[in-house]
Amino acid sequence: MPLLEVTELETHYPTSRGLLKAVDGVSFTVSAGESVGLVGESGCGKSTLGKAILGLAPVTDGVVRFDGEEVSRLGSGARKPFRRRMQMIFQDPFGSLNPRHSIGEILSAPLAVHGVGKAGDRKDRVARILAQVGLPAESIHRYPHEFSGGQRQRIGIARALILDPDLVICDEPVSALDLSIQAQIINLLVSLKGEFGLSFLFISHDLSVVRYFSDRVLVMYLGVIVESAMASQLWSRPLHPYTRALIAAVPDPARRRQVAPLDGDLPGPQDVPAGCRFHPRCPLSSDRCRVEAPLPRTWAPGHDVACHHADEVPRASDQP
Amino acid sequence: MAAVVDMAETLAVPQEGRRRAFRAFLSNPAGVISLAFLLCAVALALAAPHLYPEDPLSMVARPFLWPGQNASYPLGTDSLGRDVAAGVVWGTRISLLVGFCAMALGISLGLLVGAVAGYFGGRVDDALVKFIEIFQTPPSFVLLVVLVAIAQPAISTVIVAIALVTWPTAARLVRAEFRSLREKDFVMAARGLGYGHARIIVREILPNALPPLIVSASVLVATAILMEAALSFLGLSDPNVVSWGSMIGAGRELLRTAWYLCAVPGVAIVLTVLALNLLGDALNDSLNPRVSAKR
Amino acid sequence: MTVPLLEVHDLTIAFPAAWPVRNLSFSVAGGETVAIVGESGSGKSLTALALMRLLPGAARISSGRIDFVGQDLVTFSEPAMRKVRGARLAMIFQEPMTSLNPVLTIGAQIVDVLRLHENLSRRAARARAIELLDLVRVADPHRRIDDYPHRLSGGMRQRVMIAIAVACGPRLLIADEPTTALDVTIQAQVLDLLDGLRRDLGMGLLLITHDLSVVGQWADRVIVMYAGCKVEEGVPDVILHRPRHPYTEGLLAASPRTAEGSSYRDGLLREIRGSIASALGEQGCPFRPRCPKAAPACTLAPPPAVVVQPGHLAACPVLNPRQARDAVA
Repeated sequence: MPLLEVTELETHYPTSRGLLKAVDGVSFTVSAGESVGLVGESGCGKSTLGKAILGLAPVTDGVVRFDGEEVSRLGSGARKPFRRRMQMIFQDPFGSLNPRHSIGEILSAPLAVHGVGKAGDRKDRVARILAQVGLPAESIHRYPHEFSGGQRQRIGIARALILDPDLVICDEPVSALDLSIQAQIINLLVSLKGEFGLSFLFISHDLSVVRYFSDRVLVMYLGVIVESAMASQLWSRPLHPYTRALIAAVPDPARRRQVAPLDGDLPGPQDVPAGCRFHPRCPLSSDRCRVEAPLPRTWAPGHDVACHHADEVPRASDQP
Repeated sequence: MAAVVDMAETLAVPQEGRRRAFRAFLSNPAGVISLAFLLCAVALALAAPHLYPEDPLSMVARPFLWPGQNASYPLGTDSLGRDVAAGVVWGTRISLLVGFCAMALGISLGLLVGAVAGYFGGRVDDALVKFIEIFQTPPSFVLLVVLVAIAQPAISTVIVAIALVTWPTAARLVRAEFRSLREKDFVMAARGLGYGHARIIVREILPNALPPLIVSASVLVATAILMEAALSFLGLSDPNVVSWGSMIGAGRELLRTAWYLCAVPGVAIVLTVLALNLLGDALNDSLNPRVSAKR
Repeated sequence: MTVPLLEVHDLTIAFPAAWPVRNLSFSVAGGETVAIVGESGSGKSLTALALMRLLPGAARISSGRIDFVGQDLVTFSEPAMRKVRGARLAMIFQEPMTSLNPVLTIGAQIVDVLRLHENLSRRAARARAIELLDLVRVADPHRRIDDYPHRLSGGMRQRVMIAIAVACGPRLLIADEPTTALDVTIQAQVLDLLDGLRRDLGMGLLLITHDLSVVGQWADRVIVMYAGCKVEEGVPDVILHRPRHPYTEGLLAASPRTAEGSSYRDGLLREIRGSIASALGEQGCPFRPRCPKAAPACTLAPPPAVVVQPGHLAACPVLNPRQARDAVA
């Protein structure tokens, strides 16, 4: 049984310009100990998906099962025990910590709210988690603004892990950080994954980071998952034209001044094209793509793709 | 590894926090002078029973003594021979009492309604905004006069009436702050950790919403003082207490012969309201990091 | 060798109590793309602003020269500088969402800059604006010209910013993180566009970025900055594959992008310990507190960038101890 099972999840928002289908029928699973990457461009709904799983964004339809139990319909009281087991790490290390609370308050409040341990135990727990994320013990008396971006992200990680969760959803955890700090934080997540026995849903727009940190990768475009595969497989044999375009768009010193691989703009989630959502930008699009939305089909074990023309995609090795 | 701040941050933005705000406030002379003036006024109000133990409404000397004419009555006496200085000192007590109590009541009410509306949003917000609008539709002074006319003319009813007229301003401010703060990631994180609504409102959002509220509080005190003065000028306030407004009201018919009867309490009102407004500006500059960082 | 379009000599930028850029020298030739790479706090964006003479309040150029087409911009008065900015020297910024005026149509904003620097009628300026939108590959420019910025996507806005920047045919275009706020597929389009314009208009392009792989694909020469100092300079192939400075080496090793085929299951990334804040108050090499190769010589003075092989400079005393000693003496 997978730890997290998401089935046909939809999050729609009514707006003045019509229904905004941020997440529009997404299904996937995360097994215990697995790290699943979710890539896509801004506005594709990846952040909303992460929040909807945690009940921080509304679920219009579909089911989220955690450890076999449906959590998507629970009220805030009934959800509380599951909150402990599913946590989130946010992108913005400046906005995700309350500027008016000391680090000690930020880290001990979750324990108090969930009634974990006595006051003395909580203090020890806070001290231990600070050491685990590589921060000095005296940090508890300091305030978020006294820390650098990388250190704040360590605090955010400590807050997410202090309740000893099973699943951590990371929403672009390193995108706001400098390259030399990114590696520190990614390494920290890798070590904590082993130490705490964590499973991850790792949301990012950065393909190289996702590739490094994920066992399996989901590619999202305009509210739907267009391809999912093991990380190594996705990079060696991307099937969906969008996945191929994403990989090709990563700047590569080996391709000096090559022409941009994909034309057109990302349409907003308010005006989703009919048929296959990707067809207006797709080099392979046909008449069929304009009217019929492709369903995901299994190409190889563990490798699903939603494209009518996936078989026409040339193999990576055929490319110049 | 010591806690170090990013180099760029140290260069560009001064340290945040209470100490920084305090220093910024001290560097603003208008704010410091205003605060000193208001503290003196509070001291004067508290000392009134010792300075003028007698009822300020009792006749103590010859009427129409001009200020400076008799050293025992430095601000003179009015048409009935009452000591103007005693009236001003006791009036300070009433004005500040009404100002601060009405502000506290108005802010509390505004905080309650604004926080709930802003935090929960949706239908709750729609309903509460409509409720706020009911109080904002009639001209506020007309509403105030009606409220006081219905109830007994006592200081407590004046305070309640002023609070009822001024709370929508506070409510709207709090609502706007809560609406923007509830979208912040740290509030999202608090929800993700399973914190209850009350805890999120009180512990997470409220401390961040306080600075603008403190600023508007000082302006609300000034507004309340002006409203009380206007009410007592019209004779709608408690007739048994002396206030700056009632002194001006009593002196208005003698404006040509004994203008000091209006001028003395008038100056008291102007200085107090001015000080409160300057204090509000200074607080705004020092509590708002974006403004003070530019200095 | 071409005559440099821009030559910066020993540029130092000072805040009241800090020197965010120290003794920076580099040049850009016409038609050349030079990239300045660095993380936040490296001084790369301040350098760009200094070239435009648009440094924020407390910062000022305390020494050095900025020779642009034979004239030292440091000596220019503000009115003289205004004639240069937007005309011969143009800049585009990172944030396409806030760099355009929201209450003016994009056409009006392009026309404004054209009429400011060139003697054009309103009608001619509008015709030129449509041409420019076409040049930056905005589809349907006749219709788009009357749109307000909020109607455009981030990528479109950045194209409009580029159209405004190249409106008067600048000799040098400074692009400060032009694609950081954009999605990967849009990023590739915008970089391709900038490169095409550089070639077609024969202008120099100074690309300020934090992204090493962007540099590798688009730059002719790379300058790596750390805490206000140039630590290494060379052609991308050398910088990305045979870097000599420990900082550049560390950055490349820390990036999952360049670690081909790696996964967290195979081992951790090689990280650079500490943070750039440690450079604050450092008397010697700014990277010394984080450097795995730090030696006693590194504490003496900020090392000058010296030629380690033709066209390849590095500022590291450990690479060439003798030169470091000479520099101190």
